[in-house]
Amino acid sequence: MDMADCQHDARIEHLLRELAPQVLGAVARRFRDFSSAEDAVQEAMIAAFTQWPQQGVPDNPRGWLIQVACRRMADHVRGEIARRERETAVAAEAEALLPTLEIEADMDPNDTLVLLFMCCHPALTPSSAIALTLRAVGGLTTAEIANAFLVPEATMAQRISRAKQTIKASGVPFRLPSPPQRSELLPQVLHVLYLIFSEGYASSIGSHLQRLDLAREAIRLTRNIKTLLPDNPEIAGLLALMLLTDARRAARTSPHEELIPLDKQDRTLWDRAEVSEGIELLTAALSKGSVGLYQHQAAIAAVHDEAEKVEDTDWPQIMALYELLRRVSPNPMVTLNHAIAAAMVHGPAKGLDLLRALDSDPRIAGHYHLDAVRAHLFERIGDREAAVNHYRIAATRTTSIPERNYLMTQAARLAGN
Amino acid sequence: MKYILMMTGKKSDFEAYASWSKDDLQANVAFMRAFSKELKDSCVFVSTEGLGWPSEAKLVRAGKNGEPITDGVFPEWKEFLAGYWIIDVESPQQAYQIAGRVSQAPGPGGKPANTPIEVRPVLSGHADLGL
Repeated sequence: MDMADCQHDARIEHLLRELAPQVLGAVARRFRDFSSAEDAVQEAMIAAFTQWPQQGVPDNPRGWLIQVACRRMADHVRGEIARRERETAVAAEAEALLPTLEIEADMDPNDTLVLLFMCCHPALTPSSAIALTLRAVGGLTTAEIANAFLVPEATMAQRISRAKQTIKASGVPFRLPSPPQRSELLPQVLHVLYLIFSEGYASSIGSHLQRLDLAREAIRLTRNIKTLLPDNPEIAGLLALMLLTDARRAARTSPHEELIPLDKQDRTLWDRAEVSEGIELLTAALSKGSVGLYQHQAAIAAVHDEAEKVEDTDWPQIMALYELLRRVSPNPMVTLNHAIAAAMVHGPAKGLDLLRALDSDPRIAGHYHLDAVRAHLFERIGDREAAVNHYRIAATRTTSIPERNYLMTQAARLAGN
Repeated sequence: MKYILMMTGKKSDFEAYASWSKDDLQANVAFMRAFSKELKDSCVFVSTEGLGWPSEAKLVRAGKNGEPITDGVFPEWKEFLAGYWIIDVESPQQAYQIAGRVSQAPGPGGKPANTPIEVRPVLSGHADLGL
């Protein structure tokens, strides 16, 4: 396949992903059966992906997909009816029950939102919600999702089918939740998008780079939801957080795939366009009043990104932001990060002092992050032995190979071997 | 998060297993088959393998010129891996729960053998340090 073909395929893939939730929305609304519609649309997408590169993209790609998916649905409904009433002569009547196959189905821009709220249903586990969102809203195939999470396709297929059964059993209708319901459900939706982003960002290093870029996919989905709910400052905050974090991607690993922490990164490699867009979004969001979790985190990321040199970092501001965050949304990771900022402002002893409170918190005691931060602060205070010890403990506790390599290298450097 | 569940045994355990009654063996095989299906049905299955007998195990080291030198002498106390399952679960507790289930695979007389299962995290290529 030559370069032009590759670009052509990439364009088709992009188009299909944009159309997927619109097509699914149209089909699910018409047949009032999300679960079967989702399967039918997946089949239509696969058909398009095999046919369009050879035969060309149809004039009305959305209509084409709706028609193919509806045909699949019609087969499915006919099969169901035949199964239930095999002996009776209602087959002809069944035809009448089928919605007519209009290609120009009414398009509801809210379909993507309806689907997103459905896929992030609170009854689902995070991993099921992630898988279903990527397939139904993101337009990805089961194989692509399985590949991204390094599990067999059959396991991912089962996870998706289970998730759909759960949604079916919960009886949630295919329509946009009322505004109060929406505010109640939105945190879960944003959490799922955030998890997709962090999964992608954390695994996008060196040879571990996934073929499918989940971080970009999360940014794309969050952008979509932001255009649908433009006045919600937390959606803008989440999008800003993703962009301000993703901006550092190229600086995060060495050519030898070693991890480079924030304070050692070559900041000229940061993506300035992403930083500006993130800051612009955040500034607009903050002017709207209510400041939530994601806006807070984005504000902290922005302070880091605005420092051209690591010495320019405005640590007092970061510390103040973490203090606020501790009040709004207290959790041990926030306390940990607050201790890091306090150590930068008041010295490592202050940081170590603040970390002591976490030893009795079962949510983080024994977690490698705590040891890694302690090791770093002991190193700064000049207690080499304690620093080596905590770097080594952290190395045994992390479940990530690049992190383990990093932590062991730090211990070795300090131990002088 | 992924975990590996490892079933191990001493050489003597393998030899004892080889002389189980037909009923005991059948009950054990049926349990293992059902267990694999459970893993698949509950969407956590990643992979599983059973390994050859310890008598087939060879210890290999590179010699002076890099050529392999094989040796099959193992101390009697050594634990051998019999087989493993890799699962993708939501929490370590879920992994322990599943390990506890396979530990109950029936042994002689059809009673749960309560075999020890070693559970360890499978490392990922992920990295969020410095985020």
